Amino acid sequence: MKEVMEASHAIAEAVKAVDPAVIAAYPITPQTHIVERLSEYVANGELKGEYINAESEFAAISACLGAQATGVRSYTSTSSQGLALMHEILYIVSGMRLPVGMTVVNRALSAPINIWNDHQDSISERDSGWIQLYVETAQEAYDMTLMQYKICEDKRVLLPSMVCLDGFTLSHVYEPVDILEKARVDGFLPKYKPVHAVLDPKEPLTQGPIGFPTHYMEFRKDLVDAIAGSERVIGEVMAEYSRMFPVSIKDSRPDRYYHYEEYMMEDADVVLVAMGSVCGTIKEVIDELRGKGVKAGLLKLVTYRPFPNELIAKRLSGYRKVAVVDKALSPGNTAPLYTEVASALYDSKERPNLRSFIVGLGGRDVTLGHIERIINMTLKGEGAKTEWMF
Amino acid sequence: MAILGLDEKEYFARGHRACAGCGESLALRLLMKVAGPNVVVCHCTGCMEVVSTPYPETAWEVPWVHSAFENNSAVASGVERALKHLGKEDTKVLVLGGDGGTYDIGLQCLSGAFERGHNITYVCTDNEAYMNTGIQRSGATPFGASTTTSPAGKVSNGKHEGKKDLMHILAAHGSPYLATASVGYHTDFLRKVKTALETKGPTFVNVMVPCVPGWRIEPEATIKVAKLGVETGATPLYEIIAGKHKLNMPVDSSKLKPVEEYLKMQGRFRHLFKPEPKTAELQAIQQGVKDGIDRLKKLSDLGL
Repeated sequence: MKEVMEASHAIAEAVKAVDPAVIAAYPITPQTHIVERLSEYVANGELKGEYINAESEFAAISACLGAQATGVRSYTSTSSQGLALMHEILYIVSGMRLPVGMTVVNRALSAPINIWNDHQDSISERDSGWIQLYVETAQEAYDMTLMQYKICEDKRVLLPSMVCLDGFTLSHVYEPVDILEKARVDGFLPKYKPVHAVLDPKEPLTQGPIGFPTHYMEFRKDLVDAIAGSERVIGEVMAEYSRMFPVSIKDSRPDRYYHYEEYMMEDADVVLVAMGSVCGTIKEVIDELRGKGVKAGLLKLVTYRPFPNELIAKRLSGYRKVAVVDKALSPGNTAPLYTEVASALYDSKERPNLRSFIVGLGGRDVTLGHIERIINMTLKGEGAKTEWMF
Repeated sequence: MAILGLDEKEYFARGHRACAGCGESLALRLLMKVAGPNVVVCHCTGCMEVVSTPYPETAWEVPWVHSAFENNSAVASGVERALKHLGKEDTKVLVLGGDGGTYDIGLQCLSGAFERGHNITYVCTDNEAYMNTGIQRSGATPFGASTTTSPAGKVSNGKHEGKKDLMHILAAHGSPYLATASVGYHTDFLRKVKTALETKGPTFVNVMVPCVPGWRIEPEATIKVAKLGVETGATPLYEIIAGKHKLNMPVDSSKLKPVEEYLKMQGRFRHLFKPEPKTAELQAIQQGVKDGIDRLKKLSDLGL
């Protein structure tokens, strides 16, 4: 079913198809349209799952933890301060290896309070042990929501996952989306059968015990190995999804999903690295500049956790000029995505000249002019190592 | 031989690492005989979680989950709805926490779960301070008790504030069954746990459990102190059934022992007696106990 719809509603459609037994959420702008639509589905009987109106995001993620530990599929969604409020429990959900699914509608963190988009909220949770996947379009948001469950429930993974989409800039934007029939989704994502420990009186197990110094490091090593290993599973699931569901709406998504998407990289003199909806703006500028003989390209990163270090190093190695576009900060250090790309390239023999650009914090418009300046400054080697596009 | 009709099986098994004379672990052992085996236990962070689950060992013979200090009622909300979805509504959801996790840091989650009306039974093992971290003051610590963060000193007589009235906070949520109990009166305690588990909706039992290091008592004095708490009225035993109070003291509430007998046994109140008796404070405590009992009796007698 092809329909022009809001990205938030596309996600709600995907969640309905995933059919979680328990949805627990707390409303926060700009996530609200997702949870309102899910509430309607429950009220109309279209969704048979239990909807818990949690009294905070902290309670919402805790309820998901409890539901998942009981052996059912769960879902939550949040933004910004809500994700920050979940912080403590995020680490516990991954530590307990519970494959909870979440949508993060990216929004800036206070102070000053700001309801508009940047990536500071989810980037700040990069060490929480959750898989993080960033999307550019409504179709990608829909597809990735189906894929995230297949990925995180895989017994080689058993980790929670976040699909991250830009607040307002994508969440509230209407785009054409191909919504799959339920039977086709079921063919991709079977009914939930937990392969982790569950709370069952017939088989009593203790979940969430205290780990003394004699065991704690082993638990953490297992987690690190699992998320590193998930890179392979993510690639497999993306390939399977792309095979089962070919593109039906032009330019709504990549032909084949992968950890990253390349755009005009082949002969590029300068490559931008970015995540999320800003990639649409970057693609437009690239098209325009190509007409003027400027050869720019884009590496759109989808998988941010696990960070595909080797793939990125391999793909960027050999380019002379690369600009990393961040929508988040790490006060006291260089911008997060820049730092990680630089780290990935450290062992490369042919390291590019790497530049860092800060854009779009707190919903500041990222204009075509900003992107053109980033490309020109990088090509000419102008400006400081880190430049802010105000 | 089964005593008092109790299950002989231990669902909270021996071998855990609680202190000798621990009132809290005794309460758990007893209440699990009523709650087990068709139950899921959700436990707050605290002494009991630490002493009972040192990985890879566990004292729990029922499914048990712990995740954090303050989120337990929310975890239980998820467990309860998941069990409902799975058609396992006969499995009870028992939520356990100390007074820190219940009265203070977990109060918002507790309120949320009670407002939503989940079918859960919450038992607060109340020892009137944060014992796990070394006897710090909580909202359940009574007036005058010396803790490591409300120490008695030259210009202070311990905690300056009274105990939070959690029972009536929860009563305001419309809970169908609330009760206070004491580990010193275990048949009364277990009857209340059983009633709570059998009552549909969010139910609550607050059980007073003396803490040997926290109250600075001898290990063999746990039950004696717990009993004295009731006999002096410092630990009033009552239920609030569908909003109506029912005082059920095992002793005549008009012939209660002086509260000093209860206080004197505990090191946490020693500064009220030595070097010289703090008469004003002791009178205030006695008056507070009397007022509390009188009020409960009135509500109970009037069927309110």
